[in-house]
Amino acid sequence: MAGAKQLCTFYVGEGYFGIPVQQVQEVVRPQPITPVPLAPKVVRGLINLRGQILTAIDLRFRLGLGEPGDPAKLMNVVVRTDEAPVSFLVDEIGEVLHVDDDTFESPPETLQGDMRELIGGTYKLEGKLLLALSMERTVDYGGAPTHTKESSLTIPSCLAESETKSGKGM
Amino acid sequence: MSDDIVREFLVESAENLDLLDRELIHLEKEPRNRDTLASVFRTIHTIKGTCGFLGFTKLESVAHVGENLLSKLRDLEIALDPAITTALLQMVDAIRQMLASVEAAGNEGERNDQELIKTLTRLQRQGSSDKPQVISAANKSAPPVEKAAAPPPEAVSRVEAKPKAKPETKPETVEVGAERSDAGPQGTADGSQQQKSGSVSDSSIRVDVVLLDKLMNLVGELVLARNQILQFSNGKEDVGLLAPSQRLNLITTELQEGVMKTRMQPIGNIWSKFPRTVRDVATMCGKQVRIEMEGKETELDKTIIEAIKDPLTHIVRNSVDHGIETPTKRVAAGKSAEGRLSLRAYHEGGQVIIEISDDGAGLDSEKLRRKAVEKGLITAEQSAKMGEREATNLIFLPGFSTAEKVTNVSGRGVGMDVVKTNIDKIGGAVDVQSKPSAGTTVRMKIPLTLAIIPALIVTNGGERYAIPQISLLELVRLEREDAKKRIELIQGVPVYRLRGRLLPLVYLDRELRADPSTVAADAVNIVILQADERQFGLVVDGINDTEEIVVKPLGKQLKGIETFAGSTIMGDGRVALILDVLGIAQSSNVVNEVRARALAEKEKELVTDQGDKQTLLLFTGPGDGHMAVALDHVGRLEEFPISTVERAGGVEVVQYRGEILPLMFLSEMLEERRSHSRLAATPAKTSNPDKLQGIVYSSEGKRVGLVIDRILDIVDESIKIKSAPSRPGVLYTAVIQGRVTELLDMPALLQAFERTRVSKTTQHERVEV
Repeated sequence: MAGAKQLCTFYVGEGYFGIPVQQVQEVVRPQPITPVPLAPKVVRGLINLRGQILTAIDLRFRLGLGEPGDPAKLMNVVVRTDEAPVSFLVDEIGEVLHVDDDTFESPPETLQGDMRELIGGTYKLEGKLLLALSMERTVDYGGAPTHTKESSLTIPSCLAESETKSGKGM
Repeated sequence: MSDDIVREFLVESAENLDLLDRELIHLEKEPRNRDTLASVFRTIHTIKGTCGFLGFTKLESVAHVGENLLSKLRDLEIALDPAITTALLQMVDAIRQMLASVEAAGNEGERNDQELIKTLTRLQRQGSSDKPQVISAANKSAPPVEKAAAPPPEAVSRVEAKPKAKPETKPETVEVGAERSDAGPQGTADGSQQQKSGSVSDSSIRVDVVLLDKLMNLVGELVLARNQILQFSNGKEDVGLLAPSQRLNLITTELQEGVMKTRMQPIGNIWSKFPRTVRDVATMCGKQVRIEMEGKETELDKTIIEAIKDPLTHIVRNSVDHGIETPTKRVAAGKSAEGRLSLRAYHEGGQVIIEISDDGAGLDSEKLRRKAVEKGLITAEQSAKMGEREATNLIFLPGFSTAEKVTNVSGRGVGMDVVKTNIDKIGGAVDVQSKPSAGTTVRMKIPLTLAIIPALIVTNGGERYAIPQISLLELVRLEREDAKKRIELIQGVPVYRLRGRLLPLVYLDRELRADPSTVAADAVNIVILQADERQFGLVVDGINDTEEIVVKPLGKQLKGIETFAGSTIMGDGRVALILDVLGIAQSSNVVNEVRARALAEKEKELVTDQGDKQTLLLFTGPGDGHMAVALDHVGRLEEFPISTVERAGGVEVVQYRGEILPLMFLSEMLEERRSHSRLAATPAKTSNPDKLQGIVYSSEGKRVGLVIDRILDIVDESIKIKSAPSRPGVLYTAVIQGRVTELLDMPALLQAFERTRVSKTTQHERVEV
């Protein structure tokens, strides 16, 4: 269906938000969070996702929706970024929705504050409004991205292949 | 054309160019080696062909003339001489620069290589009969040097090409330099080139480092899951579960080791560039230098290899530029005209040691002292008290350069201090030793990997933090009553007197701007740390234990916080932050802008240390006697549970940090009136009778666990009253803290210990036979 998108939706405070499914790596149940002292307030802490350490951003705080919730209850929406994935802490996970571009509308001029920056527009669903969140802008708040050079190294195949083979190379 | 093809081309070409460098240097020594000539020709031909295909015309044109010249060389129409080698090396550099530009900007960049192309064309037509002209076009600084060495062109070529200088050592050094490194098809000179290059590419594959990092992460997680399963299955008696969980255990361990290995690279990868570097610098300075390498297969983590590349290059250049003398001076000093630069790498005590030594003039410690005083880095008084070793290490001070005149190569006042900073940054150490007119040796101690480091885990405000062991000096615990007395305030700034020196205290909770700990601490825990030559005490809520941790970087959202160096995952799967000791020192102003002052103070410390004041570790030995050893060689204080003590070759050993640590029982080593059985010698006085109190003593790369009764204290003492040794193994007896104390002669004890070990082992073997 042309002009249609799939959004992963979730609830933060009173709001109902969505980001394109392509940007979402996975959704994870509440994780133990290690707070980072001195960090910007939006960073709630670090979580361990299968050996990878992710920064967890509290969306309530990021969106200016009041006091942060109890981390033991917040769900993680893990989004892909140019660098390491980042986790968005949300109150509740919604469903994956097909939305039609026809129902899309730019945010109203009267929308102010942080929200103004982060909301790309709204989808007018039946009975409620779905706010399209810009993942890139939500992740980024001043920290300049650093590009790391791609590198590779050669490894002997005996580590990649079976041991019997390595005998031949010698 | 896709980006992938270009990227592939860049990676491949970079390798080919490195190979070319090596082969050209090799050729210079054996100008008629047809195999090498053929290989060089093939390499340049490949680059040219790919350039043409990808539409890099400038690159192609440079490579083209080079190829023409090489084809003449290969067909033996003209002979290789230094001028041609220099021109060909310049071509390699030109190609390298263009490739760098392709990588950065996507094109070859604005450059004019007509001069180089002309030179190459002319050389191809007539060999190097018009050499002086060629050289001046090619390398402006070279002619005076070459003339000085030997005026007639033919002679120059022979002096430069060095084949006759020391033929017997040549094959070894050259081959080490040229073969067996990563992609080197340059095998044994008589081996079939084609076959060789084929087999190398067949037996290795290229893997993105990002993928390897990901594998590392997953394996780390697997290890955690394995541990949980093992814990769970240990309580059960179900064989169906126990057997597979044991297998899982073994497989996971092997997998972990395998993945770790993939990140390791031989140090030869960076060394392989040095023959070229040495040639360039030697030519520029009019010197003759032979490079020798040993232990090039020693492996280090890729990130470390990257980090030590520049410091190593700098030291190598320095050695050739400043260390090794000109042939005339060398001959006058009774040495061979050709200088020797040797690189050595080997494992020692879980670290890699890299030694760069030359047989040059050595460092003039008088000159170093004078210079340091002139530049105001140390006072005349300090300089007078300074020993040889400290004097030579002055070269690591910032703003210090001994070169009489600034050369193109080195001596710009930046240098050795940057080397030191870089090595410090990766948790290594660097040290220089020199003998006048015999040479200089720079010794680097490098950790095997940055990815896994030993760290002390502390707690604060209910969270755990890791402190890299490398910055850790010692731990002090003050009981509450004691703390009130011993932590003093200077204008509100807390300090602690550690053996008579004032140590600034930094409170971790304040640094982290956390709420002051509400825990009613019954003691104050101070972690004494070293940052940038300064010591300070970090006050934390609790001290847990040391652990090997896997270092992971912080996301970009947290990059700006200088208090943290990274993060790690603890055994229970939770994340803990790694403290950046230098960052904390800076943000708390322990280390400030006036670094020079701090350094000067350090020098002062060195000087006072040289006095008769000694830092001693006091303990009670067998028979409750007070004893002491110098703290310098004490690695750690440990408790070894008796259950972990094993016997090997007739000696008690424990497994300790991946090593086998032999235990030396003082009760056995020292002559005692009463004979003790060993384990019973552990007195009832120790807090825990199931544990042995040990001092991990390290000397000359060897470690031994010294089993004692009880640790008493660490004191700074200037020993006035000494009396003769009471028994063998004792240096002297003295009165320390009002008690007669025996100061142990550790070298003698260690020797005696070695002897008993050897005799025990042979006895043991005899029994076996």
